[in-house]
Amino acid sequence: MTASGHAMHDAIVIGGGLVGAAIAYGLQRQGLSTVMLDEGDVAHRASRGNFGLVWVQSKGLGAPHYQHWTHASARAWPELAANLQAETGIGVGLHQPGGLHFCFSDEEMAQRDALMGQLRREAGNAGYAYRMIPVAELRDMVPGLGPQVVGASWTPYDGHASPLHLLRALHAAFQDQAGLYRPNARVTAIQAAPRDFTVAIGSETVRAPRLVLASGLGNAELAPLVGLSAPLRPERGQILVTERTRQVLALPTHVVRQTEEGSLLLGDSKEDMGFDTLTQTPAIMRAIARKAVQTFPWIAELNIVRAWAALRVMSPDGKPIYDESERYPGATIANCHSGVTLAGAHASLLAPMIAAGALAPEMSPFSARRFDVQKAA
Amino acid sequence: MFRRRPEARPAPGDRLVEVFVAGRPVRVPEGASAAAAVLLSGAPAIRTTPVGGAPRLPYCMIGICFDCLAEIDGVANRQSCLVPVAPGMRIEPQTGARAARIEDAA
Amino acid sequence: MSDGMNSDLAIVGAGPAGMAAAIEAASLGLSVTVLDEQPAPGGQVFRAVEAAAGDPALAGEFLDAGGALAGAFRATKGIAYRPRSTLWHLDPDAGVLSVTAAGATAEIAARRVLLATGAQERPVPIPGWTLPGVMSAGAAQILLKTAGAVPGGSVVIAGQGPLCWLLAVQLLRAGVERLTLLETGAGGALRDALRAGGLWTGRKLLAKGVALMRETRARGLTVVRNVRDLRAEGDGRVSTVRWHQGGRDHALACDTLLLHEGVIPSTHITRALGLDHDWDDRQLCWRPRLDEWGATSHPNVAVAGDGGGIGGWEAAAASGRLAAIDAARRLGRLDAAARAARAAEARKAQRAALALRPFLDRLYRPAPGILTPADDTIVCRCEEITAGHIRGAARRGAAGPNQVKAYLRAGMGPCQGRMCGTVVAGLIAETRGATMEQVGALRPRAPFKPMTVGELANERPEAMPELTA
Repeated sequence: MTASGHAMHDAIVIGGGLVGAAIAYGLQRQGLSTVMLDEGDVAHRASRGNFGLVWVQSKGLGAPHYQHWTHASARAWPELAANLQAETGIGVGLHQPGGLHFCFSDEEMAQRDALMGQLRREAGNAGYAYRMIPVAELRDMVPGLGPQVVGASWTPYDGHASPLHLLRALHAAFQDQAGLYRPNARVTAIQAAPRDFTVAIGSETVRAPRLVLASGLGNAELAPLVGLSAPLRPERGQILVTERTRQVLALPTHVVRQTEEGSLLLGDSKEDMGFDTLTQTPAIMRAIARKAVQTFPWIAELNIVRAWAALRVMSPDGKPIYDESERYPGATIANCHSGVTLAGAHASLLAPMIAAGALAPEMSPFSARRFDVQKAA
Repeated sequence: MFRRRPEARPAPGDRLVEVFVAGRPVRVPEGASAAAAVLLSGAPAIRTTPVGGAPRLPYCMIGICFDCLAEIDGVANRQSCLVPVAPGMRIEPQTGARAARIEDAA
Repeated sequence: MSDGMNSDLAIVGAGPAGMAAAIEAASLGLSVTVLDEQPAPGGQVFRAVEAAAGDPALAGEFLDAGGALAGAFRATKGIAYRPRSTLWHLDPDAGVLSVTAAGATAEIAARRVLLATGAQERPVPIPGWTLPGVMSAGAAQILLKTAGAVPGGSVVIAGQGPLCWLLAVQLLRAGVERLTLLETGAGGALRDALRAGGLWTGRKLLAKGVALMRETRARGLTVVRNVRDLRAEGDGRVSTVRWHQGGRDHALACDTLLLHEGVIPSTHITRALGLDHDWDDRQLCWRPRLDEWGATSHPNVAVAGDGGGIGGWEAAAASGRLAAIDAARRLGRLDAAARAARAAEARKAQRAALALRPFLDRLYRPAPGILTPADDTIVCRCEEITAGHIRGAARRGAAGPNQVKAYLRAGMGPCQGRMCGTVVAGLIAETRGATMEQVGALRPRAPFKPMTVGELANERPEAMPELTA
């Protein structure tokens, strides 16, 4: 506490989900005394509804900077997982055996091949390996494929991890390194000055020269307070989870993955349903079930024990927003819908930039100013 | 450790059904659940848990606790307390997590 | 219109509340659909009552009253009864119920929904309660009712509440020879309970209880009072029960341990719907907030029976009738005056049935420790998470049961938190010095019960079983 009653820190991170926790953990590792402010038990919580893919394939078409960022994160992941394991004893279940995207017709195969080829061209010198795998070969990779599957695309970069273990490990490692975690700390006001931010939580305040907004959809409201903008909308995703089953699926796919515990996760749906996380729709859940059974008929026999409806945090073009305030230097915003995939980048690449005081020049295409340009055009 | 009371059942109109618990025949009143058959069979456990491998038997008998999960007529992880017995029903204990039944098309 | 897929009133549960509500609603001209998970009507209290007719161990109220109610339910015209059908999703705004039955799923429409999903026994997490040979007292009663089965060897009933005495009598009548009742009730509870009043109005029920206790004594039941720190021990199966009493440790050889600390409303569905609930600090459970007709905070949904607060089967049946009468009013079949006139008798029955409730609630108030077991106790039976794990997560900053679920998987197994949810919240409240209201409850999601992926994928309304009188 300082004389004025503020708790002084080197950095304040607003948001205790996967994005906020990865950045806060990264900042703390950079030696910055960091406070992470989180909401209560029932918040929007995109982090709890994550499918858990560390996914490179098909990300960033027409946006090489995003493809590079995703790829870099996948490369940073093994070290992140190893560090968390060493620091907390919590295994986050990272496996990166490559991933499959299934196709159900020859036409789909051709379209997918074209898309992957385009991504490879856009990758330039960074490289982008992929293969289109015909069904005969596919049958040796995954068991019991349905008759309608004709093939799949595969990249070696893809993988998966447990979003829940990751969140817990990040929180634990952050606190073990003397980071201050504050749940039930809903921000009520932000007082901004260049490299001097005071955040109020009710009658209490915390103060630091760096402020990171990582509160998912909440950023839309907070960003203007520090001279930034975050034009975000929620996109509801639903996921079905089966009971624990003996390991059967050796690699993740875009519609089904098996967790370390043995549950099969079935996804994914896209809906635009506003902020209502309570509502689940039987029709969408049924569509997910049918897709899973079409892909792997043996899944029909497994029991669904849980289902989630969670909100993806979507920008107008679906790509992440990383931005820093011109009016109030020291304020950074981070938004994405891939909190697991990008955890490696957030902890190992983004946090050091924030600690150093400025985002690297190659991050500029992620600025929210790109949407102003679109509006003007 | 449960036993049937022949003096009470079969009451008039009651019939006994023969089912198999871990391969052993057990006679239970019609309308009783597969879980009741397991308890009457004296089997030491209906399953071992997927997490720690601990033995379990039915606990609540009203479909709440899911400790009575068993393989019934080849289908794994059924709530045996909610499944009424049928003649010839086969109730098998489970070990750890269930397996998926995969028949490769190729 | 009543083609069974589209009715005025959908009732979930065919126990006393659901059956009475269906009979009343049908007689008021409403088309009624009743969904029930069980193969026969009766609910838990009158489970398998039709099949058990003639069993001397169960003679009395169970067979007489339960049999009559089930008979009337079967005979009433205008009720589409769907046994072995499980509600897995409910859209209360649209009035659409999603149901699993016969290996398929289908949607049923209703203008109003009455949840009569009853109660569950309060989970009793003590060290060793996952061992084979340990089960709930209610489970033993169901085995008696449905299979005529009784436990052998040394049988111990541990806990408190009217069911302990009823079960003791039923087991003794059924020939159990070595039976011990370990009462965990707080000393001095009787004095507090007597202050609650209602003894005269509730004298019939009270007399029933006194008669039960007298019969257990006559039949030689061993009763130990003021039992604390109960634990079950054994290698692969319970063999010993240990407890603390009068400053000393005690042990007893035990083949079957039957636990009971009262019953609590089943709030899985009402919480999944996001309805308003209140924490009941005396009975240590959540209950949906209801008006005098059982209406919830959602305009299309009502709750009747023990699911709205424990009252026993007579109160449940009365509340079912009241909810049905209110449904008729809301759907334009009755005006306010006719509703009041029609309700008078049920209201009176409800008052009589509930008169003794304050007394019983105080006499059998669960010990506060029921929500804060020792660290080595498994709390989440599915994922095998201990009280110590949960306290650790709470110290790490997990402020509620949903966060603990994300951290530890407590509540992620097939029971969907039905067994552990409230205890997890209690442990968080204790560790963080918060109230149960502040900590909050697990928010369940659809499917309300597990179902197979194939069932969900398979939409087949014609497969749904339906019985009509």
